[in-house]
Amino acid sequence: MDLILQLLFTGIGIGAVYALVALGFVLIFRATNVVNFAQGEFSMVAAFVMVVLSVDLGWPYWVSFLLSLCAMALVGAVFNLGVYYPLRHRSFLPVIIATIGASIFLANSVLALYGPQPQVLQGWFDTPGIQLGPVYLDSQYLLIIAVTIVLVAFQYWFFEHTLLGKKLQATSQDKEMASLLGIPVSAMIMLTFVYSALLGGIAGILVAPILFVSIQMGATIALKAFAATIIGGFGDVAGAIIGGLALGVIETFGAAYVSVPYKDGFAFLVLVLFLIFRPQGLFGERVAEKA
Amino acid sequence: MSATAQAAKPVAARRFRGPFAGALAYAAIAALAAVAAVYTPFDDYILHILVETATYAIAVFGLTVVLGLCGQINLAQAAFFGLGAYAVGLGTADLHVSFWLALVAGAGVALVMGALLGMSTLRLGGHYLAMVTISFQQILTLVMINWIPVTHGPDGIGNIARPALFASGHGFLGLCVIALALVGYVVWHLPETKLGRSMRAVRDNELAASVSGIDVYRVKVAAFALCALLGGLGGGLFAGGFSYVSPDQFSFAESIVFLTMALLGGVASPIGALIGTALLIVLPETLRFLKSVPGLYLAIYGLAVILIIRFMPDGIWGFAQTYLRRLMRPAPFAQAAPDLVLVPAKIEAPSALEVEGLSKHFGGLKAVDGVSFSVQRGSVHALIGPNGSGKTTTLNVLSGLYAPTAGKIALDAHDITGLPPHARTAAGLGRTFQNIRLFRSMSALENVVIGAERKGNEIPPGDLPRGHAALVERARAALGFVGLEGRSRDPITSFSYGHQRLIEIARALAGNPTLLLLDEPAAGLNSTEKLELRGLLKRIAAKGLTILIIDHDMALVSDVASHITVLNFGRRIADGVAAEVLRNPDVIAAYLGAEPDVAHRA
Repeated sequence: MDLILQLLFTGIGIGAVYALVALGFVLIFRATNVVNFAQGEFSMVAAFVMVVLSVDLGWPYWVSFLLSLCAMALVGAVFNLGVYYPLRHRSFLPVIIATIGASIFLANSVLALYGPQPQVLQGWFDTPGIQLGPVYLDSQYLLIIAVTIVLVAFQYWFFEHTLLGKKLQATSQDKEMASLLGIPVSAMIMLTFVYSALLGGIAGILVAPILFVSIQMGATIALKAFAATIIGGFGDVAGAIIGGLALGVIETFGAAYVSVPYKDGFAFLVLVLFLIFRPQGLFGERVAEKA
Repeated sequence: MSATAQAAKPVAARRFRGPFAGALAYAAIAALAAVAAVYTPFDDYILHILVETATYAIAVFGLTVVLGLCGQINLAQAAFFGLGAYAVGLGTADLHVSFWLALVAGAGVALVMGALLGMSTLRLGGHYLAMVTISFQQILTLVMINWIPVTHGPDGIGNIARPALFASGHGFLGLCVIALALVGYVVWHLPETKLGRSMRAVRDNELAASVSGIDVYRVKVAAFALCALLGGLGGGLFAGGFSYVSPDQFSFAESIVFLTMALLGGVASPIGALIGTALLIVLPETLRFLKSVPGLYLAIYGLAVILIIRFMPDGIWGFAQTYLRRLMRPAPFAQAAPDLVLVPAKIEAPSALEVEGLSKHFGGLKAVDGVSFSVQRGSVHALIGPNGSGKTTTLNVLSGLYAPTAGKIALDAHDITGLPPHARTAAGLGRTFQNIRLFRSMSALENVVIGAERKGNEIPPGDLPRGHAALVERARAALGFVGLEGRSRDPITSFSYGHQRLIEIARALAGNPTLLLLDEPAAGLNSTEKLELRGLLKRIAAKGLTILIIDHDMALVSDVASHITVLNFGRRIADGVAAEVLRNPDVIAAYLGAEPDVAHRA
């Protein structure tokens, strides 16, 4: 029982990271109808920037964090201008191939600049954690869960209760109509990419102290986050969060009770099971093309 | 019918001589290349590069099929390549079975894995396929590295044997060249086969493909499985060529290399695949310094993918082809197009279509609610109603794009309620769309040929040849009937909106349907075009074809329709002979906006 509680806590912590990245997937998908295959690389790049600033240059943690986020905003903007925007009138296939190209480019540029050695990043807190009854609560996991809650709450408030949020929603639902109503659609899409890059970046920096900071972390996180969006129902915000948490828990239990080397395989297994038996996910509706 | 037969014969004879001579020339060139591969005294380094190019190119041909022809993505080609390579490696080095057996087994395993992967995801959109193939790729790499008792883990497999006949380096290169030539021939001619045309149709417009009688899902799975098979075959030969394989040769990065090769050369043609493969094997060899910095060379590949997609979407060969095409225009047809023959269905049931209690609810919205009507054989039947009355929904349920909530649909007294769209087309349903759905990368003729190829099309009747020539004649006849035969070789994009509509009608007519569904054919046409359309519909009706038409243009409807069914708010409010229905007070009320009198409901 104690072990189960402990695993549940760990699973939710890691699942929160998947949820954050999945949220970035969903936002870009809703705004552009394109899955951004470089979403995971946003996390990887942010973690490396953080390592450079706080470890290599020795700058204070919070300064490094803020600067890393600024860097991610820039990455998101350049990504939009260089990868999505020129192809916005083409069908989805060229666009996803371009985002895959971007993902390869980002991962291998970092590899070329920084070398293949995985890096270690310290957690935010000096205290490693607290013992609560039978469960040991690692401080970094607590931080991840707290930040995820705050970000989800912020996003809900932003989309439902601000004019800018409404404009973003309008853009994602009908670009032509939105632009006829005077909403600057290009700027809204730019904002979506920047925000998604920030979400991915925050997730990457949060998870970095738990995993090693490595070139492969982007691809791994992206796969999990994508599986999370399918579990939750493609394009559904609440679904992405719940899917992410569920996947984190499944994976943690799988690693504990089944096999550690194949830990990353559980996401794939769950993904395929959902695709076969419930492709619309937990919350999604079956989509049909209109004739 | 006799006209069709007479016209078909000479054309068939001419077409037969052409491809046969072409195949002979191709075989001679391939044989020469194989002989050259065996007897030219290459050194080992060049030999390696050539074997690598040939085996990679076979795998890249797979991407030509799945991505170029069928428009589906595969980011796991290196995994299928690896399956073939490991089969040959483990088979010859550990199990000591013959090279050929191991090669066939490897290709077979790749084929089965590809089919399974495709079957589980291809019903869904391309995003899923992209992510699932990435996942599959990563799982396979995990297995290769971690299942050490079988795969030898990261150490890989050495001492891979070659067949005795091709044991020398030069001999094996000869084998690879022969395999490359054979696979290249198949992939080159695939677009001219029924399967290849279906793949192109699916890539261009899935919905139109399905109502033209193509089983979209099966075609996609076939393309994906074929791609995996070619990956496995290339991988098996690769293992024989290099006698050592290890997991890193079949990683996700290599899948991206395959993709870049296909995109760079031009994904639509095997020639492009060969150009791309050769370039991306030779270039990195000449720029070896790039490989000294880990990551740099893949970073450049990633950037290259973005740049190619943006600036040269058809690749090098596609770019060259636009110039070659101007030089090599196809010869015009020698004979005039035959007359269009429409053979009425054989069943004697008085109604062609029988709809009973048909309902379609979207959540709480009852778009169609218990509608019944029957379409008399040989009549022109109109389905009308104000906006939002459920006309198009009815049509979409009839053609199988929506599953009905309740009710029964019978075509020729044959229940089609549970059939998917392509099976309804095979049963005799033809349709057009309100927003035109043509295969936009093809010529007018190619579009109509796909319609003519409909399963269950009885023309030409059983005893005449049903080869490609007959299909072309049939398509030309249909284009001639709508008045566009003279431009049959022109690409779809060069036709006006009105003409595109006519081509869509010709595509449906070429399939010789029992019932033709026309979804607002007059929408977006100018007044001259509307007059032409009216004439065309009358000529179709004169040939005895049953038509169910939806339109807003009351002048058109009252002119061509003999029977009318009127819908309002998803319910049938009138049904009967055209003139009477148009005088019905409920119908007038529905159109002019007064409250209909409930007591008068039909």
